[in-house]
Amino acid sequence: MATETRINTETVLEVEDLRTYFRTRWGTVKAVDGISFDLRKGETLGIVGESGCGKSVTMLSLMRLIPTPPGRIVSGKIILDGDDLVQLSENELGKIRGSKIALIIQDPMTSLNPVFTIGDQVEEAIKIHQDIPKRSVMEHALQVLRKVNIPAAESRMKDYPHQMSGGMRQRVVGAIGISCQPKVLIADEPTTSLDVTIQAQYLKLLKDLQKDSDMSLIFITHDFGIVAKMCDRVAVMYAGRIVEHGSVRDIFNNPSHPYTAALLASVPKMDVDVDRLFSIEGQPPPLHNLPVGCSFADRCPVVMDKCREAYPNRSTVSDGHTAACWKLE
Amino acid sequence: MQKYLARRFVLAFVTLLAVSLIIFIMSRVSGDPRHIYLDDYSTQEDWDRMGVVLGLDKPYYQQYGLFLKGAIRGDLGESVREARPVTSVIWERLPATLMLGAVAFTLSLLIGVPLGILSAIKRGTPLDALGKLVALIGQSAPPFWLGIMLMFFFAVKLGVLPPYGKQDWNSIVLPAVTLGWYYAAANLRLVRSAMLDVLDSEYIKLARAKGVNSRTVILKHAFRNALIPPLTFAGVTLGALVTGSLVVETVFAWPGLGRLAIEALFAFDYPLLQGVVITFTLLYVIAAFIVDVLYAYVDPRIRYA
Amino acid sequence: MAADLSGIIIAPPTTMARAAGAYRKFRRWPVIPLFLLGLVVFAGLFAPLISPHNPEKGELKDRNIPPAWLGGETALKLVVERLSINDRGSQVTLRDALVINPNAKVGDQLVIVTKPAGSTKFLLGTDHLGRDVLSRIIYGARISLIVSIVTLGVGGSIGVVLGLAAGYYGGWVDETLMRLVDIKLAIPLILIALVLVITLGQSLAIIVTVLCLFIWPRFARQVRGEVLQLKNMDYVSLAKVSGASTARILFIHIFPGTINTLIVVATLQVGIVILLESTLSFLGAGVPPPTPAWGSMVADGRDKLAGGVWWISTFPGLAIMLTVVSLNLFGDWLRDKLDPRLRQME
Repeated sequence: MATETRINTETVLEVEDLRTYFRTRWGTVKAVDGISFDLRKGETLGIVGESGCGKSVTMLSLMRLIPTPPGRIVSGKIILDGDDLVQLSENELGKIRGSKIALIIQDPMTSLNPVFTIGDQVEEAIKIHQDIPKRSVMEHALQVLRKVNIPAAESRMKDYPHQMSGGMRQRVVGAIGISCQPKVLIADEPTTSLDVTIQAQYLKLLKDLQKDSDMSLIFITHDFGIVAKMCDRVAVMYAGRIVEHGSVRDIFNNPSHPYTAALLASVPKMDVDVDRLFSIEGQPPPLHNLPVGCSFADRCPVVMDKCREAYPNRSTVSDGHTAACWKLE
Repeated sequence: MQKYLARRFVLAFVTLLAVSLIIFIMSRVSGDPRHIYLDDYSTQEDWDRMGVVLGLDKPYYQQYGLFLKGAIRGDLGESVREARPVTSVIWERLPATLMLGAVAFTLSLLIGVPLGILSAIKRGTPLDALGKLVALIGQSAPPFWLGIMLMFFFAVKLGVLPPYGKQDWNSIVLPAVTLGWYYAAANLRLVRSAMLDVLDSEYIKLARAKGVNSRTVILKHAFRNALIPPLTFAGVTLGALVTGSLVVETVFAWPGLGRLAIEALFAFDYPLLQGVVITFTLLYVIAAFIVDVLYAYVDPRIRYA
Repeated sequence: MAADLSGIIIAPPTTMARAAGAYRKFRRWPVIPLFLLGLVVFAGLFAPLISPHNPEKGELKDRNIPPAWLGGETALKLVVERLSINDRGSQVTLRDALVINPNAKVGDQLVIVTKPAGSTKFLLGTDHLGRDVLSRIIYGARISLIVSIVTLGVGGSIGVVLGLAAGYYGGWVDETLMRLVDIKLAIPLILIALVLVITLGQSLAIIVTVLCLFIWPRFARQVRGEVLQLKNMDYVSLAKVSGASTARILFIHIFPGTINTLIVVATLQVGIVILLESTLSFLGAGVPPPTPAWGSMVADGRDKLAGGVWWISTFPGLAIMLTVVSLNLFGDWLRDKLDPRLRQME
């Protein structure tokens, strides 16, 4: 991968033992339960897992957008550019959101406000974070829209979201994300609702934008195809925890956690004929009532007695490749 | 936009036409209009002469045409009870009803909308519970009873407000509160549930992610979207205004159109009653048209549809 | 390799969705509303057995008696031949005094009841004609019950049939129906209803007919919306392909899909019917007197407020409000249980 060589060692974002819990009437839901990772400049990290594994809560935690109550970041650090986001006040966060750390949300059909024009919505972030005259705000917005390849951007500024196609709207959301040159851009399943060709175009666009500005990307997805295409490193999440973490090559060639192996096995392969697709039996455990031991134990094909007694520690598989499984100890 | 407004305008016109037809049919079904003007001592000649004056010798569709023609020129016939043109009686009573309606409506906006927003933002708090209580009472208490209870408490027991009539400035307080309560409750419910939906939406999340502060998120991004459902249902709420004003004006002896209608009804003054029904319909159609325009202004999806 | 896992692993519901599901399942029954509604139905069904007095006849001597828990007022008055203008308040004529005490003479001091005390004979007091308020409320429940059941049955059915037709056929049928609904909103129906009731007579049948005019559009609109969604379902297409008749498709295949929503709408509409019926009877166009109806009872007590006689209006109004509140709460609960989607509709 071409970008690999350019990655420098400067760490932009460091997440340490992050725990986000939701208080509900059935008990505490541990949506994110002690995850740690770091992100280097210009790097792309993929966070992969099934629905409900805590990916989206991780994303919201990084933005400090967890609805409180019922949710709360219970402990941990999110260090971005020297600041611990967990400790910042709402006011200080306002200055960081959108400028240093930005977000692209899942659904292009609903992530733009239907009652404001595209121009208004792109300009808003610029107005908040950059103290420049009105005229240049507009020019800047126009520039960003051109960057994401919106044709006839000038006239599109006056359009409302419902006048645009899904792919076009997703570009606008992307434009908002990059409008203030963030250090970290989080993309939460940015392409799930787009069709395949538009998806490919969009991913290429993101990649190009990243190359231009040296920003770091976090890709939240359940699609290993995207991971393979986009990411440098991958964190596999299950039931609120990271079960395996390593470079894309390590994860694909040597999946060391049974869950990762199962996930990869369930991806259909182009070059192999199979009669039946592999699927993982059972469902993830309820997050408000996690088992004592490994949360994957009930679905694990190689489960041992030990797995039901305690949660496994993180073991190092190779340099920069870790997995939490008793099998490895 | 023009197309949308034109469509709405045509619809308003059709509505008026339909209502006039219903009124015409009802006036004929309810008996020969000559019974109102003539008594048992009238001769057959009087009867026939009256028929010609009222156009009853012509076929029904021509009678309807005459009725429409008169209505357009502002001639709604003569009130039996007051022996003067219906329009002048209505003209006299209209301001009181408009005033009551306007005050009640403003009151309901001032109470319903902010309380609806606050209930949604502070879901599950005592404030939300208060909002629910206000809405539940407004939705469930019959306005005539609510009015009587307010009257008993504030006018009879405490003696701080006049019980009925329209004399001092404070005469309007009790009727306006009674009438406004229903709307406040309706607005509150609609705004609250719309606000909850909006606050849960992806575009609010994105706005927060852009760094917009929570105040601006609520006042700019959420508020305008939360206005759409109340506007969508404005037709229903406006329609209830008539019922409301009938009841409230009766309870508080407020000299408006609602009370006039009841008076005309029990005096069997059909021409006057017809006139009031048409006036109410016209008021509704105008108000609904204004709402449609506002609706288009708030929601671009309508404007550019 | 653009493989998408979501198609292979059947995504389990998210934690929040599951939690919400559990919440809905375990949410408590609305005990108080159901109890109150049960009370109203019970009162309506067994009115002759449980009401303590005849609701339509009262003794004038029992008029304006306050509810049982209120005390009366007495005053010591001087018995005189003729009242003097200045001391009217502290005097009583011999003629009146003899009614109370046959031995009274001019110059005696007598204890006179100026305001009667409440008694357990009339738990909620009596009205201006000496009729027992409680008994009238119990019998009034009957009227509300009959009116709502019949109106709902007739008006609801009309609305459902029209809604089915509009949703299924679309085109001009649909357009016409929807315009009718629009026009219904614009017409001051309550006034038309008043005119009809006054000219055609204050009978239960007329009142119910008039109320049907009010409620059919709500049902029609709801059912139409449901049909628009349901008619494109695979099982409906299948029925069509296999040659089922239109009536069969509508009533056997589509209608059952709308029942959940209809139950919720019906519950909430009963409250509206009760409010409308009481409004009509308050305005003097309800069931003719002396049959007790809640609305007309409130109207009866209106003029008596100034004399401090508040109970004639208050209790029947309270009955209306509590019934409608219960219906609304029960309806909301049903909606959460049967059809959470409906929330946006209200």
